[in-house]
Amino acid sequence: MADSAAIDSPLAPPVSESRGVEALHRAIFIGLAALLVVAPFVVYPVFLMKVLCFALFACAFNLLLGYGGLLSFGHAAYFGMASYVSAYTAKYWGLTPELAILLGTVVAGFLGLAFGALAIRRQGIYFAMITLALAQMVFFFSLQTPRFTGGEDGIQAVPRGKLFGLLSLADDRVLYYVVAAIFLAGFLLIYRVIHSPFGQVLKAIRDNEPRAVSLGYRTAQYKLAVFVLSATLAGLAGATKAIVFQLASLTDVNWPMSGEVVLMTLVGGMGTVFGPIAGAAVIIAMENYLAQLGSWVLVVQGVIFVACVLLFREGIVGVIGKRIKQPL
Amino acid sequence: MFELLGIPPQALFGQLLLGLINGSFYAILSLGLAVIFGLLNIINFTHGAQYMMGAFVAWMLLNWLGLGYWSAFILSPVIVGIVGVVLERNLIAQLASTDKVRSLLFLVATLVVFIVSYAAIGWSMALSLFLALAIGGGLGAAWAHYARDRIGVVEGHVDHLYGLLLTFGLALIIQGLFRNEYGSSGLPYQIPAQLTGGQNLGFMFLPNYRGWVVVASLVVCLATWFTIEKTRLGAYLRAATENATLTQAFGINVPRLVTLTYGFGVGLAAFAGVLAAPIYSVNPTMGENLIIVVFAVVVIGGMGSILGAIVTGFGLGLIEGLTKVFYPEASNTVIFIIMAIVLLIKPAGLFGRAA
Repeated sequence: MADSAAIDSPLAPPVSESRGVEALHRAIFIGLAALLVVAPFVVYPVFLMKVLCFALFACAFNLLLGYGGLLSFGHAAYFGMASYVSAYTAKYWGLTPELAILLGTVVAGFLGLAFGALAIRRQGIYFAMITLALAQMVFFFSLQTPRFTGGEDGIQAVPRGKLFGLLSLADDRVLYYVVAAIFLAGFLLIYRVIHSPFGQVLKAIRDNEPRAVSLGYRTAQYKLAVFVLSATLAGLAGATKAIVFQLASLTDVNWPMSGEVVLMTLVGGMGTVFGPIAGAAVIIAMENYLAQLGSWVLVVQGVIFVACVLLFREGIVGVIGKRIKQPL
Repeated sequence: MFELLGIPPQALFGQLLLGLINGSFYAILSLGLAVIFGLLNIINFTHGAQYMMGAFVAWMLLNWLGLGYWSAFILSPVIVGIVGVVLERNLIAQLASTDKVRSLLFLVATLVVFIVSYAAIGWSMALSLFLALAIGGGLGAAWAHYARDRIGVVEGHVDHLYGLLLTFGLALIIQGLFRNEYGSSGLPYQIPAQLTGGQNLGFMFLPNYRGWVVVASLVVCLATWFTIEKTRLGAYLRAATENATLTQAFGINVPRLVTLTYGFGVGLAAFAGVLAAPIYSVNPTMGENLIIVVFAVVVIGGMGSILGAIVTGFGLGLIEGLTKVFYPEASNTVIFIIMAIVLLIKPAGLFGRAA
């Protein structure tokens, strides 16, 4: 790429400081991995898998919003479509889970390519409205093609199958470690992207797009690339979720799901590395507690939205990061 | 009888009329969104919920107070508009302020009053909601009066995405409350006695009420256009849209103008809700999907022009109606497809100004 000359720009933070932050992040990451190893012995594994799937979803979303500055209100499309594809191929084509998940992820990536190419033609508020409208199109498509999606019933009783045709995933604990591995891999990928030269350019575009353009960056390409990446990883999360819960349904592809991932990212802390994980854990735990309350969950979510936007914009991890004066 | 491409004219014109009616709702709602966006620079995600509230307030006026359609026609937009004003003053306007006391006070007071009144005393959801908003709004206003010398630093530029998220949260709250109270099956609302029956136009049967909806919405749209483009108040509004600081410097109370504009835009949404109540049943979910379609309409038309919003709204309603006749499977998605095509050909929208 012609732009790569600017990678070693003097604008990069001083080495010593970034090295300290990196060490901190590494320590947190190792702690997180250790926590994930022991967690299923303390907490119900299915709940943990739900948190992990949504944490990956939120991390993918945060890559786009927190680092690319692009608010997509239609990420349910990639999450839901991937979950349909992976559920369908695992159930009707008899694919092994890793292939089903891979296929779902790839489809989400291509969907992201098509929608991203359209949406990046407008900025800001229009971008959000366009992604929302396109996602709603996917919802109606899913509603009207019951032969593929099972319509209102969704695709039920998806077999968990055997990983690589060998390892049975019927046991929750075994599946849990597979999901944890997928999550950590996705998270590491996002971390690498954020801290790569590509990620630096992305932040530059987020902070001042005209200036990035004047420096010779083709911002549209960067935006499209991060959009596709984010959609792909959202797809990975959705495809995994379909295998875990053995279900793909209209809920996964409808607009409240898009809102939920925004909420997780907002609560945890936009533009922080670890925020979306915390946000996903908090929101999923809350929904589990409030599950019997029906529509009140919507009201509680709404109140959290309003309170976060007005009073608590940094989110949980953002506030902690500010306290210890280190970006998390 | 003649047939067009194998479609009986009754079906064709029937769907076209339905398309025109949907188009009038699109036009009124996208008009409200455009007016609010012009001055507040936020996209009002609560618009769909406020449209739904308009229909519900009409239903409540009839069933609780015995006030019929014609009173609701005026009262419902006013009531929902006032609720909008309370929300704008205490929450939306506070987005730009670093002084968080007023929004915190409002949020806590509203929540406490609502919970006490709904859960502890057992009053109905709507009564509790209005009571909570009244007390919360009153406290907010009192605080603003008491602390008027406190200089809350107002950031010049708030990321407009926060406005979107805030109004999205408000929409969730309103929709959740109504769904909780009224389920999602919908409540009936009678067509007013003066507008029952219909006209036989020879080629089709026109129910009076449907004709009335099209005429009423056209009148309201054109009146809005006239107010904004041709009157002094409209001139202030356009000036403030262009440059709020300068307009304020000329002695025009811009914050008040902003609040009134929001109330007016919300009132338009509620007005559409009242019009819709006898056609569709009064339903907590009636605004949810509609607002997303209206977003697509706004993207297609571009928010730069009032007439553009009206023309696009009616036009897309008609196209949707035609699609229902010729290829019903695509009728839900046709507007989104048109949006994609418009984005490819003319990214700024049909009537939009290039950014």
